[in-house]
Amino acid sequence: MSGVASIAAVAGQPARDPGVANRLSRNRKRSNRVATVLCIAATVVALAFLASIIFTLLRLGFGGLSLTVFTSVTKPAGGNGGLLNPIVGSLIQTAIGTAVGTPIGILVGTYLSEYAGKSILGNAVRFVSDVLLSAPSILIGLFIYELFVNGRGYSGIAGGLALSVIVIPIVVRTTEDMLKLIPTSLREAAVALGAPKWKAIVLICYRAALDGITTGVLLAVARIAGETAPLLFTSLGNDNWSLALDKPMSSLPLAIYKYAGSPADDWVQLAWVGALLITFGVLALNVVARVALRPRR
Amino acid sequence: MSATTSATDEKANVGPMTARSSAALNAPRIAIKGLDFYYGANKALKSISLDLPDKQVTGMIGPSGCGKSTLLRVLNRMYDLYPGQRATGEVLMDDNNIIASGVDVNQLRSRIGMVFQKPTPFPLSIYDNISFGVNLHERLSKSAMDERVEWSLSRAALWDEVKDRLNTSATGLSGGQQQRLCIARTIATRPEVILLDEPTSALDPISTLKIEELIDELKTEFTIAIVTHNMQQAARCADQVAFFFLGELIEVGTATQIFTAPRQKRTQEYITGRFG
Ligand SMILES: Nc1ncnc2c1ncn2[C@@H]1O[C@H](COP(=O)(O)OP(=O)(O)OP(=O)(O)O)[C@@H](O)[C@H]1O
Ligand SMILES: [Mg+2]
Repeated sequence: MSGVASIAAVAGQPARDPGVANRLSRNRKRSNRVATVLCIAATVVALAFLASIIFTLLRLGFGGLSLTVFTSVTKPAGGNGGLLNPIVGSLIQTAIGTAVGTPIGILVGTYLSEYAGKSILGNAVRFVSDVLLSAPSILIGLFIYELFVNGRGYSGIAGGLALSVIVIPIVVRTTEDMLKLIPTSLREAAVALGAPKWKAIVLICYRAALDGITTGVLLAVARIAGETAPLLFTSLGNDNWSLALDKPMSSLPLAIYKYAGSPADDWVQLAWVGALLITFGVLALNVVARVALRPRR
Repeated sequence: MSATTSATDEKANVGPMTARSSAALNAPRIAIKGLDFYYGANKALKSISLDLPDKQVTGMIGPSGCGKSTLLRVLNRMYDLYPGQRATGEVLMDDNNIIASGVDVNQLRSRIGMVFQKPTPFPLSIYDNISFGVNLHERLSKSAMDERVEWSLSRAALWDEVKDRLNTSATGLSGGQQQRLCIARTIATRPEVILLDEPTSALDPISTLKIEELIDELKTEFTIAIVTHNMQQAARCADQVAFFFLGELIEVGTATQIFTAPRQKRTQEYITGRFG
């Protein structure tokens, strides 16, 4: 019945004008070409910047790479020092930031996606998290300074906590987004087997969202690995070897900040080496994330 | 397939669809009494009263949007997930009203399993897809779990196809295999009632046949309700058939009676394909 009706409808329409169709087709081809050229030009500009950054890093940093960088702690200018304590300090504080920020971020993201709905509290949390995501990181450093450092002294743990405040909103956002992508049917299937909601979330939804959440965490790690401002008034930096979490702690970004502007040539050289290390560390992290999270099969 | 839609005589001439089921219906396993269901202000089910006979198959038919899925979702309280959806009336199982508040819904859902229209494998291995549901309600040793997995996959006619790759991801199975996995997953928890919402609508004829055979076999142990748009399927599988229209239960009877001597005009028009 509906078949007959549609044939009648087509028959009632005027035939297509070939002239108009040709003109439209020509216009489409032209705008297609313009768009392609613009896209390519933009890509070339962006890539040129990136390439020049990497080239500069390699040119100025590669020459300073030596075993001493990894085996020796920072020394006074001209003392043939290395970056051992900043490297280890960065690893420790990044680890603290990730370890503290990730679970909190995942829990908040889960709350937003699975429990908050459109509630006022949910929207408030979402808003605060989004503000935090774009807050200048020096504010976060100040906040931790007021909370943990003022009166108690600079410490590695305070630095780690400041970094965790940066991690949280990134993980909140990705967790919420990834969980929201999971089809309702999957949750219903788990619940239909008699799973309580939290088990459906933890055992099924997290599994389905694992790759996305992991990517979010790795992005957060990459972000905090290079953060300087939040560490300025929290872990302060330390020119001596120290693993004590309650004492000032060194870190690569702070070392770069201190050395890059110094008049001593060997310090400037170390600053470039540090920048090179961070950049390639973050790059390696991205590659690992891509390789490890490549869609299976 | 002989044309069943060409019937023009008084009675629905559904020749080859004649049900092969026994005529007598067992005592009810679930008794639905005066059930109303609301999606917010929209009333989707209107005072439904229907018995699901024990260890037999009830086929639910009716045009799209008439409330068949809604009824299944009431029976295992899927609607509990959504505020704003509510049911009133009685659904009795062992003399308990299972839609009353205070019922342990997780336990209820382990007794009333449900298979959805679209296959929904978990992003886990084939083995874990099955053990997930079992682990919710039982503590089994590894060997007992292995047995349970084999048992349920065999019953779902999937064992031979997957026994060598139990630890590979279930999402790599074909659609028909996934649907049989979902059935296996449901029967593995050993429910008493199984609800099937158009379980074969996405499947090829071979897989469909396998699932129909499975349903036939499963009813020796389970009480089954199946929603289907396929009259032949309803005739092949069901002992009892219920016809729904616009949220109302128009007619219910043995499959033979519904397909050979429907009492209601609308039932007859529907099964002979004159509307819907
Ligand atoms: N989540 C919902 N919110 C509001 N109304 C709904 C919702 N789900 C279904 N409905 C309405 O309830 C009625 C019954 O829907 P239901 O899904 O039970 O139909 P059905 O018989 O299963 O149809 P089909 O054969 O197409 O699957 C329909 O009118 C539908 O629009
Ligand atoms: Mg339906």
